This record gives sequence, C-alpha cells and structure tokens, in this order.
Amino acid sequence: MHSTTPGWPSATAAGPGSAAGFPASGAAPRIPGMILEDLELDLDVFQGPFDLLLALILREEVELAEVPIAEIIAAYVERAYDRGALDLESASEFLVLMAALLEIKVRLLFPGEMVDEDEMTPEQAEAELMARLIEYRRFQGAGRWLRDRYESEPRIFRDTLAPLAPRPQPQVVDCSEDPWRLAQCIDRLLEPPPPIDVSSVRRPLVPVGKFLDHFRTILRERRAFQFEEAVKGLDRLSQAAAFLALLEMVKRGEAVGEQQDVFAPIRVAAAPPGRAVESSAEEKAIA
Amino acid sequence: MSELTRAVEALLFVAAEPLSVPELAELTDAPPERVERALDALCDRYCEPRSGIVLERAAGGYGFRAAADVSEVCTRLVDRPPARGLSQAALETLAIVAYLGQVSRPEIARIRGVASDSAVGGLIDRGLIEEAGRAETPGQPVTYRTTTIFRRTFGLDDDESLPGLSQFELDEADHQALRARLHLVADQRAGQA
Repeated sequence: MHSTTPGWPSATAAGPGSAAGFPASGAAPRIPGMILEDLELDLDVFQGPFDLLLALILREEVELAEVPIAEIIAAYVERAYDRGALDLESASEFLVLMAALLEIKVRLLFPGEMVDEDEMTPEQAEAELMARLIEYRRFQGAGRWLRDRYESEPRIFRDTLAPLAPRPQPQVVDCSEDPWRLAQCIDRLLEPPPPIDVSSVRRPLVPVGKFLDHFRTILRERRAFQFEEAVKGLDRLSQAAAFLALLEMVKRGEAVGEQQDVFAPIRVAAAPPGRAVESSAEEKAIA
Repeated sequence: MSELTRAVEALLFVAAEPLSVPELAELTDAPPERVERALDALCDRYCEPRSGIVLERAAGGYGFRAAADVSEVCTRLVDRPPARGLSQAALETLAIVAYLGQVSRPEIARIRGVASDSAVGGLIDRGLIEEAGRAETPGQPVTYRTTTIFRRTFGLDDDESLPGLSQFELDEADHQALRARLHLVADQRAGQA
C-alpha cells in the first residue's frame, strides 16, 4: 500500500497500532471530498461523525479492531448515492484512507504474521535482491543463448506466420535511350504500310447473261424446265447467278416461276406471248 | 526411391507443421520402422550442403527448412522472420516462458523486475508464444507457453532440448561483481538522500 496522496504518507511506513500514515499528534487528518465532512455513522462501537471516529482511532481511544470498516464504506456509498453524484477525486482518496485503515486493522488482528519488505533488515533485503538478480541473470543468459542459436543458424521454413514481403516490382528506368532515336522509331511506326498488291488474286466472274441466253434457249425448245435440273452440278456462285437470271426473266415477263411450297422445286415456264419486255441495255449491265 | 519414401517426402512438403513418425505411419499405413528408414533416406538426401532444403527433426517431428547458407535469401521472401530483430527484453521474456513452461505476465514481471507487457505482445505477434490457459493463483492470470514456431525457429525438438538453466549460473566472480554493484548503487542512493 503506497499512497501518493498529498498529506497521506504510505500506510506501510508504520507498524501496528502506531496510526500508520497519520499525523502523530492524533489530530484528525484533512477529510477529503464533500461527503466525508458530514458523514454520520451509526455503528455498534461508535455513533457520530466520521472525522470524530477517525480522531478517536488515531488517539487510540477507539479500538480499530472493533470498527467494522465495511459498514463505514457502505455508509459512504449510501451517502454518495443519496447525493446522486460522486466526486472521483474524493472517492479515490476515501479508498486510500479505507485501505490504510484496513491494513492497520489486519496488523492488529494478526500481529507478527505479516512480514513486510520494508520491515526487512538491510541484510535480508540485500539477500532478497541478490537472489532476484541472480535469477534474472540466468534468464538473461538463456536469452543470449537463444539469440546466438538463431544467429548462428537462422531457420526459415514454410509455415512461418510472418506475412509475405511485398513482391519486388520491375524497375523502370526513366530514360535509358536517346530521345531523338526514340522519335525516329516512332516516325517509322507512324508511316503507313505500302498497299498490298492483290492483282494476283483471281476474281471468279459468273456472267448472268450467259444463264439468260441458256434459259431462253431451253424455253424456246421445251417451253418449261425444272430450275434445279438446269443448275445441277454448278458451284454455288454459278447457281446464284442462274437464280438472278431467272428473276430477271420473270421481271421482264419472259418466264413464269412456279413453286408449290417453300424450298420446293421451282418450275420455270415460258410466259404467254406479249408479256416480254426487251431491254438489251439492262441486260448488258447485268452481264 | 521407394513409394513410401516418396509419400513421406510429399507429406512433409505439404504439411503445415512438422510430422512425427507415428503421424507419418498412420498417414501412409506403414509400420513406424519403415517410416523411420524412409526418413533416414530423406535426411541423407536433404542435408547441408548437398541440398538447398534440409530435412531436420524439430518440434517433435520432421520438417523441411531452408539450408542455413541460403536462409538469408529466403528471408527476403518474408516480411519479418519470427526471431529476427528480437529485443533484449523480448529474448529474456522468451527464455522465461521457454524455461518455466507456463508462466503469467506478473511472474515474468517479477523475474525481470519490470513490466513485460510489450515484450509478451510482440512475441505473440511473431507466433513464438501463445496463451496457455489461466493460472490457479489469485486473480487467475493468463499464462503463456512457447509454440511450434518457437521450437522450429530455434531448432529444438521440445522444451527439454534447451540447455539446463544451471549453464547460465553466475560464477563466484560474477557474484562478487554483482554484490559490489549493488552496494555501489545503495551507497549512491544513500548519498543522494
């Protein structure tokens, strides 16, 4: 118990019955806070204000061993509760005061059973301190052994709790090249590539006019034919050109197409006379 | 290399903590004697300076670690190796926990003479010590013990592998020096008073 409250020296500095920590004159000490000043007590051994009780205890006119400290604390707490406010500073001082009283009371109740460090003889204190220092030095040595062991052979293993270090970032050199040389390189990149010569690529030409002539010849001979049969064996582009020729003939009224259903065979028949519209110019354009 | 040896090698590679012979025997369904032979073969293969990784007995089992001569390179991979840069206070605290088994902060503070909360916290962060329940003493303070990481970091099979504390006893000359220093401090204090 080491109080640092001003005016209240450590309670451990005095022995039993010598009013530890209190003025030797027996005068009542300064009562901390507002509550204690008018704290009235109604105990079996004493009835009256707390500061009077304290003065009587200090003058050893009241036997501290007979004073129920718990009841004083209860009265204080009750008083503070009634007031509805508790000053922490005065409360802590009260706590220190009660602790000092309790310690003195314990010494009175159990004389000779408590050995305080402060009551040791200098030789005992030195022996105690030496024992502690020796114990500490042993662990200090053990700590050095641990350090040496780690430093002589550091052990790194996979399941370390340590977080992974940040991955090294590739270094970017600010300017490692001659800027004029870089500009020349960019100029070269900005030049459009030469046009690609596609003259060697053969473009298949499928003249629609050829199919017009072919279909007209058939219609003159047979008056009707099946479109699928007429284009059988031709490639897709030629078949498309043949279909265009057929549409052209239908548009001009030269032929009539018949189809029973979607994707059904197309029958092409010659149109009735008088519907055909000649247009050699258009025909040339299509071809 | 036998199939069992390869299996043991793979288990030790993927395991988070060292594996003991009984654990390896159970995992591989092989008798412990054969597992030990497989471990001998692996220890021959993974040893310094032959290999960059080393198989060693630590923390009650077998585990891989980096070879000592390349450990410096490996430390670049981790932000803070568990035992690197430990302060004197932390090393002393670690030694107290290691030697006393389960010890509370008040006990550590009593031995060191100063509060060791910061050192204890740092050692917990590094994974070198961990909570081990509460003491039966008044107040039931939390006790601490060393971890597997501690034993692996310092290459100890168990806490019994530590050298005896008597090894660090002070000799008579140290006693005399300590006592003289104690008297000097006491005289200085008396002079100040």
